[in-house]
Amino acid sequence: MAVHATYTYDVLVIGAGGAGLRAAIEAANAGVTVGMVCKSLLGKAHTVMAEGGMAAAMANNDDRDSWKVHFADTMRGGQYVNNWRMAEIHAKEAPDRVRELEGWGAVFDRTPDGRINQRNFGGHRYPRLAHVGDRTGLELIRTLQDHASYLGVTVHMEHTVIDLLLDSGRVAGAVAYDRERGRFHLFSAKAVILSTGGAGRAYKITSNSWEGTGDGIALAYRAGAELIDMEFIQFHPTGMVWPPSVRGILVTEGVRGEGGVLKNREGRRFMFDDIPDNYKPQTASDPEEGWRYVQHDKGARRPPELLTRDHVARCINREVKAGRGSPHGGVFLDIAWIKEKLPNAEEHIKRKLPSMYHQFKELADLDITKEPMEVGPTMHYIMGGIRVDGDSQMSSVEGLFAAGECASGINGANRLGGNSLSDLIVFGKRAGEYASRFAKESGQPRLDEAGADRAITESLTPFDRGSHGENPYNVQQDLQEAMQNLVGIVRTESEMQQALNELRHLDERNARVGVEGHREYHSGWHTSIDLRNLLPTSEAITRSAIERKESRGGHFREDYPDKSPALGAVNIMVKLVPGVGMRVSRIPIPPMPAHLKQAIEEQTA
Amino acid sequence: MRDQATFRIWRTQPDGGGGFRDYTTAASDGMVVLDAVHRIQAEQAPDLAVRWNCKAGKCGSCSAEINGRPRLMCMTRLNNLNLDEPVVVEPMRTFPPIRDLVTDVSWNYKVKKGIRKITPRPADAPDGTWRMAQRDVDRVQEFRKCIECFLCQDVCHVLREHRKFDEFIGPRYFVYAAALEMNPIDTADRIPDMKEKAGIGYCNITKCCTNVCPEHIHITDNAIIPLKERVVSRYYDPVTRLLQMFK
Repeated sequence: MAVHATYTYDVLVIGAGGAGLRAAIEAANAGVTVGMVCKSLLGKAHTVMAEGGMAAAMANNDDRDSWKVHFADTMRGGQYVNNWRMAEIHAKEAPDRVRELEGWGAVFDRTPDGRINQRNFGGHRYPRLAHVGDRTGLELIRTLQDHASYLGVTVHMEHTVIDLLLDSGRVAGAVAYDRERGRFHLFSAKAVILSTGGAGRAYKITSNSWEGTGDGIALAYRAGAELIDMEFIQFHPTGMVWPPSVRGILVTEGVRGEGGVLKNREGRRFMFDDIPDNYKPQTASDPEEGWRYVQHDKGARRPPELLTRDHVARCINREVKAGRGSPHGGVFLDIAWIKEKLPNAEEHIKRKLPSMYHQFKELADLDITKEPMEVGPTMHYIMGGIRVDGDSQMSSVEGLFAAGECASGINGANRLGGNSLSDLIVFGKRAGEYASRFAKESGQPRLDEAGADRAITESLTPFDRGSHGENPYNVQQDLQEAMQNLVGIVRTESEMQQALNELRHLDERNARVGVEGHREYHSGWHTSIDLRNLLPTSEAITRSAIERKESRGGHFREDYPDKSPALGAVNIMVKLVPGVGMRVSRIPIPPMPAHLKQAIEEQTA
Repeated sequence: MRDQATFRIWRTQPDGGGGFRDYTTAASDGMVVLDAVHRIQAEQAPDLAVRWNCKAGKCGSCSAEINGRPRLMCMTRLNNLNLDEPVVVEPMRTFPPIRDLVTDVSWNYKVKKGIRKITPRPADAPDGTWRMAQRDVDRVQEFRKCIECFLCQDVCHVLREHRKFDEFIGPRYFVYAAALEMNPIDTADRIPDMKEKAGIGYCNITKCCTNVCPEHIHITDNAIIPLKERVVSRYYDPVTRLLQMFK
């Protein structure tokens, strides 16, 4: 099969969101050659959608904050199955990673004394999210993109990687096609960083763009890397539910951070009815106290709308199932009510939540300063992914690194809002640093051209079947339907077994997918390639979810509604065993060192 | 609203040329043009090329011309269009076509690299940070709302009709330059470049760019005119020139 071009880099970064760009910057600064491959145009990655902010214990708004509190919050949010080393590094390094962005051109919202302003967010004890209105992700990606472009990083835009290439067990590069012409490209690299984001497109209702097809997770899996925590999926409690075409699009948690309240059709603030015991001491006892909290009264406790995302999502799910939902199958999120409290509420809302105002006005014809929004849970984030070393971000495959959403560990069973953008810059930087170090110490590996050839031939088989084959869009739609209905917010053994059957069936159908015509921007063909990644990712989610017979964080089982101490001591791991298939196992979580245990105890005391 | 609508979509022909083709598909309340394009792709034209990403007006990928007006497909609701006639959807005409609705916007990325990067003054505090008042960053934040959809570049007649790609950077990059110039910590000087390389003089403030900006950035009033004023006061102000003669 003809390969259009071959490129050689020290470090190849796959994915150009926040983590990939931060990794590329670090690697370029380390003096190695850096190539970057991304599916979209530069600056369009899903990071752009992040709204609320990036969590970093800079203590600008509350000097009681410190890395220890941030660490303890992250571990509690993750229900203690996090990689504690990553949670520690993240809490310690996030402030510096945020601060350096300012020198690269980021312009954050300010405190009255001119420092970076930090806002409250679910699960964070103190105001901790550095932000720019409700478009923090855009600010982050633009800043990193502009900074990287001055450092001589070569960006291959609108290229999709179809497989990684190995050289005797070590990563050696990747094979990709360009979306523009459908030509194939080989990348030879001493180290590869995966920063491909999530897998929201495995579900029907998701906040993720088309790019979230689990590419990095599946590429690493096929290359033999270990995956962990795949059962932990975050359903963000507030996605748009109407109109149908925007169902799933995110409504930032910042709305609740600014005083927005959740109500059912009876007008009841149902979140006050179900506050978990371990959060009771930190939760407001009445609406008045909740309001004082969002007005930065340090003596007040948070309103229950700001409990962790998994809990809020399940409460909304319950209200809807009990018939107390809004007309289009969600609940009401009301920020307009703050006009009872603030004289200039309308301007305040527009200034604090400009994108939300804009989004509802233009897409739903609704003015959020006057009316409540309708919201419901949406698949937002996968806590699981490629298992990495906490310090270096290297996977179990030599020379293969991962950072950001496609990597796993920092978030445990549930991610706190704001911990993703900070994860990107903390571990993006580390991946770039360690990958360039690895590259400097290694020779250029042998490029497996036969392997590339096999991958290319396989990717083209849908054209051989032409219009007689299965329609790839139908296969993707049925996959999303199955995952949504059978491995969703509330799970049971029987439904997940049924999901495995469906996945087997979908695998067979995917082997018969056909497309017709040319290879230029051929979305049908691209969908068939995405399916190669979505299917194993979905299977890993399902098998891991079956294995974890308890409820914890983003994984809730109706047949095992409680936490199991035994399962709280392990991560579920998935690995491809050649000739056998997907193997699931439990790996013990190493014991936490004393200084970290103490940090947690200080916060619960 | 009608339950069906016809979309007249620009398709590239095998010979490299192109022409419109009509597709009729179901239309429902709350749908946007991008939904219709996706439906046509899934049901009738799987090879229809379209660039999109977030579908929420935040990434600026799905720029096109709808009934002759540069817009984001994901933010154009069908109930605001006249569905009694076909909805015309064509690619941005200012940039070279690639296929169907997709154009080559790489020129924009090249232009950006030519603009002097931020050069911050030494930090104000020992922890390496700066102090800035919110009122001083408000105007910069307006510019940084830009999603780089390039609709302003598409509509600008200096590029669209006069093809000054080598002499003029376009509204997007005046906004970018203005954000850097007005950043309180920046020390670089881009005013000579604005005059000599960026071609700011070509802009005759017709505000077409402002009118199509999906982020409602006041491109002309808040970015281009202040930059023009800085160029004028540096190079053409009689008092300044007089003073310079005696330096």
